Amino acid sequence: MQRSRLVFWIFCAPVLCWLFLLIVLPHLDLLRMSFRGENDYGDMVWTFRNYKTFFTEPIYWLTFVRTALYAVITTFITFLLAMPVSFYIAKLARARIQGALVILLLLPFWVSELVRIYGWMILLRESGVLNFFMLKLGIVDTPIEMLYNDATMIMGLVYTSMLFMVVPLVSVMESLDDSLIEAAHDLGAGQFTIWRTIILPHCKPGITSGSIVVFMLTLGNYLTPNLMGGKNSLWFTEQIYNQFIASFNWNQGSAFGFLLLLLSSFIIWLGLRLTRQKLDEVAS
Amino acid sequence: MVKRFGEFAAVDDVTFDVPTGSFFSILGPSGCGKTTLLRMIAGFDEPTSGTIEIRGQNMLGVPPNKRPVNLVFQHLALFPMMDVAENIAFGLKRRGIAASEARKRVDTMLERVGLPGYGEKRIEQLSGGQKQRVAIARCLVLEPSVLLLDEPLGALDLKLREQMKVELKKLQAKVGTTFIYITHDQSEALVMSDRVAVMNKGRFEQVGTPQELYGAPSTPFVAKFVGENNTWKAAVTKSDSGGVELKTDEGYSFIAKANADCREGSRMDLFLRPEAMRIEPRDRAGLNVFDVTVKSILFDGANSRLLTTTREDHELLVTLPQNRRFDHIVPGDEISVGWHPDSGICFEAEE
Ligand SMILES: Nc1ncnc2c1ncn2[C@@H]1O[C@H](COP(=O)(O)OP(=O)(O)OP(=O)(O)O)[C@@H](O)[C@H]1O
Ligand SMILES: [Mg+2]
Repeated sequence: MQRSRLVFWIFCAPVLCWLFLLIVLPHLDLLRMSFRGENDYGDMVWTFRNYKTFFTEPIYWLTFVRTALYAVITTFITFLLAMPVSFYIAKLARARIQGALVILLLLPFWVSELVRIYGWMILLRESGVLNFFMLKLGIVDTPIEMLYNDATMIMGLVYTSMLFMVVPLVSVMESLDDSLIEAAHDLGAGQFTIWRTIILPHCKPGITSGSIVVFMLTLGNYLTPNLMGGKNSLWFTEQIYNQFIASFNWNQGSAFGFLLLLLSSFIIWLGLRLTRQKLDEVAS
Repeated sequence: MVKRFGEFAAVDDVTFDVPTGSFFSILGPSGCGKTTLLRMIAGFDEPTSGTIEIRGQNMLGVPPNKRPVNLVFQHLALFPMMDVAENIAFGLKRRGIAASEARKRVDTMLERVGLPGYGEKRIEQLSGGQKQRVAIARCLVLEPSVLLLDEPLGALDLKLREQMKVELKKLQAKVGTTFIYITHDQSEALVMSDRVAVMNKGRFEQVGTPQELYGAPSTPFVAKFVGENNTWKAAVTKSDSGGVELKTDEGYSFIAKANADCREGSRMDLFLRPEAMRIEPRDRAGLNVFDVTVKSILFDGANSRLLTTTREDHELLVTLPQNRRFDHIVPGDEISVGWHPDSGICFEAEE
């Protein structure tokens, strides 16, 4: 009894140290900082001003609303694309191809996000590969700029998020008994009805967990919106970056960081409520 | 009908008719192509060649959701995301039947399968036998021309299976729908069916009433598969219109009923039902009589048998009538058994 307790603590110690030193401590410090600010005389005092700024300056909360909206759109598009892909991998592909397909999905993640985005930029920019071929084939007369707009940015975000939606969906779809689909078909249901009444309800936990991951990753993404988005399409993470690096206002930056955490948690809670689910059901 | 997977013929040239309103069973060992045959009737697979007609209408190219047949799956395939009533109403909804009308029909159907008031229950709250009946109700509520059942009792325990056998038969008689029932359990097929087809390696060996299959099997496979049989290997020594004389490999001489392939000198398989053997026959005239030693008594109520061996160690099962006349028999006893020439069935030996 005593002994097994000791073993337990020895094994858990590294994890706990890691959690405490690298996650909890810095966040506590950031939290402390977010409530500090200079008063009129230049002294550091406790204040709510950093949080108040977010709500009183439209530029900040508008950026957040925009970011959240685009993250929701990205999640939804990713879901729409991932559904047939996962269905193909889990149900239609033969066993031998299945593994290869999953590896193909993983492959882009072996290079860093930065390199992947520069890859996209080489393809899409004004003097890029795509424009080159379109000019050659006579589809366009002058090169068009395909980068630096919202559509391209969302495409980049979807591309980055795809894997995190497909993996949970494939695993729930694999647990779907084929004979349920056949039974529905036998009882008179067409393709669309089968998706609506059998496949989607069955995949609900996978959809939810995939959506949460994609939404959080997109919301917290910095590189893709920064590099592919236009000059006037600010992402909330860029606001945080600006506060820390450009204005050296660490207090404001920490406050924004915590607001991002709170507001995104709130959005996920709302999403779960709307679809009548519980977080622990999804996790299991 | 023929169905091939590559080179392999899963269903090989099968032809049959099922009269409307009858209970037709397909009986065969595992892997003989029963499910494949059923899936073609339901429309999930297209036959490689041949046709399927239901009520005179050609079904080739008609998708499963447009066919007047419904399938009860081997593992039932009830929808776990819906409750019992929603499961049963699923097909009705697809036909665009109004909710109130559908409700009424679901309630009637639940009553008919003996589950009144179960509509609100979730699927995982049901017992095996109840799930069974919901799966059947889900199909019957659509009033199909033909109901296909793929070993629906396979997952149930023995007791429940016995009970469901009788209930299914009663249900079929009540609703009058044509049932095509698949099983590898011969007692299920014999108890419930009007007609049975015995299937082996993708072919039909024999189609007939349960009595015909049991009493007059037309191939060695049917003789071995339907009911229990003792087998002897023998050679024909004399053959005339009255009967054949056989000499078994152990050296016994038997008289048996003649049949087409009993030529003099040919090798034969002789099949004998356990109940054809009479213990200590009083009237020995015209019987084939020989002595055996009792090895053990396999007591099973009305279905009790003796496991006996001849002097040459050939094992034989002999039915033990439960009229208490033979209560004195104990393992180790030597008894004589006899059988009437008409009850032995012989076929040309397989290589
Ligand atoms: N899609 C397929 N591709 C290739 N071979 C198949 C396919 N489906 C079935 N088979 C083969 O066809 C044969 C018959 O299969 P089937 O499922 O009809 O057997 P069954 O009689 O229903 O057996 P069981 O009683 O075990 O359910 C088997 O040997 C099986 O391996
Ligand atoms: Mg089968």
